[in-house]
Amino acid sequence: MTQKYDAVIIGAGMSGLAAGIRLAMFDKKVVILEKHVISGGLNSYYTRRIKETKELINFDVGLHALTNFAKKGEKKRPLTKLLKQLRIPYDAFQLKEQTHSLIHFKSAQLKFSNDLALLTNEISEVFPKEIDSFTRFTAYLMEYNEVDLNAKYESARSVLDSYFKDDLLKEMIIAPLLIYGSAWENDMDFSQFVIMFKSLYIEGFSRPEGGVRTILDLLIKRYEEVGGELRYRAIVESIKASNEVHGVELKNGEYLETKKILSSAGLPETFKILNKETKFRPQIGKLSFTESIYLLKDKTPLKNFDSTIVFYNDSDIYNYQKPNQLFDKSSAVFCLPDNYDRSESQGYGTVRVTHMANYKLWKELEKTEYKEQKETVFGEARLLGEKLFNQELDVVFKDVFTPSTIERYTNHFDGTVYGSTTKLRDGKTEIEGLYIIGTDQGFLGIVGSMLSGISMANLHGLME
Amino acid sequence: MTTEEVKNIVLEIIADVAPDEDLDGLKGADSLRDQLDLDSMDFLDIVMELRKRHKVEVPSEDYSHLATLNSCVEYLTPKFA
Repeated sequence: MTQKYDAVIIGAGMSGLAAGIRLAMFDKKVVILEKHVISGGLNSYYTRRIKETKELINFDVGLHALTNFAKKGEKKRPLTKLLKQLRIPYDAFQLKEQTHSLIHFKSAQLKFSNDLALLTNEISEVFPKEIDSFTRFTAYLMEYNEVDLNAKYESARSVLDSYFKDDLLKEMIIAPLLIYGSAWENDMDFSQFVIMFKSLYIEGFSRPEGGVRTILDLLIKRYEEVGGELRYRAIVESIKASNEVHGVELKNGEYLETKKILSSAGLPETFKILNKETKFRPQIGKLSFTESIYLLKDKTPLKNFDSTIVFYNDSDIYNYQKPNQLFDKSSAVFCLPDNYDRSESQGYGTVRVTHMANYKLWKELEKTEYKEQKETVFGEARLLGEKLFNQELDVVFKDVFTPSTIERYTNHFDGTVYGSTTKLRDGKTEIEGLYIIGTDQGFLGIVGSMLSGISMANLHGLME
Repeated sequence: MTTEEVKNIVLEIIADVAPDEDLDGLKGADSLRDQLDLDSMDFLDIVMELRKRHKVEVPSEDYSHLATLNSCVEYLTPKFA
């Protein structure tokens, strides 16, 4: 018997689940196909046992922060919009706000929080000559329509140059925005910059209690409530299409007939499994990362160090690019998830350190070398912790993932995290009925991914 | 169905689509968008709920009829007949 669906969604990450909820909510027969055994894709979680105590601990992958924080009832914010569309109550996310975060360069530091006043104040103290420019700049951003789909590319750095004289300040402003979402090296499209600026510096960071799993569980529950079907270990072997979509063939030989596919697999990855020759050659992004996660014996070091996330750079020039070595130790994102909610003083202290990395070099390593190099990455992550905490650290557990790990679990070519440098903002491909959602549609972060799924499902699945 | 009943159906849907909005004191002749925090995504939901719950179709070229509560009722009442 032929299995027929109104829509097939590839990938049970944030965008796929959100799209699935929207379609199933309005009685579409929809199935989400997930290759892995758990959901989440680039924002997932895993469990490890601590040897000494036999405790099971959940670790987040991806999520350092939920950007785009909004308070309950706050209007016209991306977060409140998406909750409304998914009909998930605000309180269900159990969001805890950051204390503050820190942009830590060689010659200067700037704090920011979920209130722009802190960053403004910091800039007036550290860069007093630039404070008027900063005020004018933020006023300009507030009026800017960053979601205009017809906007032409404009270099964010050139716009910064037109407002600011101090090179260090420009580097410090752009660094967190690049590493939290840019698929391009060293610069970004100005409209993307504005999206990121608002989501980091104006709206800010929060974390769901229990980490990313809290959100994933809510999405899955909601998806099941509205009657959606989710299959794990379901690998799409090929997308069958002529000028239009006909269906998907799974690796286990099953064939699902459909006229609509919403793929969150990534743009190059989706075209790779298309059964049809096409001239379209989406670029594979160059940026990938290592991440070291380690547990401290207790939370004592966190008592004196109260930043939530540190954007660290050991010089005054920020290099956001694929390194020529395995990883770039000169900069890092240093994340302390315990510093979202400091009321809990018991238990381990968690540290997560992200470095930019070179996929190809990691891929070439032999097994023993690979293990050794992971140790080197961890060594740097630990050193950075000791430097920032200004004390020696008692580490009871550690784990490191690399670009190869990312590729293995997410199936993103070259272990890219922010996807292809080719983005399809309206989600449409040259094949009728084949749509791109998630990272390569071009919205950023977890909130962006969910909004991507929602808006593409609305546009291509509901408004017919 | 009376206009009052249609009005209640519309209000019920808005309450589900935008649960945080206070619908008391809503002025029938004024734009819904201006009085409530509704965007195009929310209007899509209103249209989808009309279809799902009441089998009433609102083609996209008719969306402008949903601008105010009064215009909703005027436009939708014949469809509920």
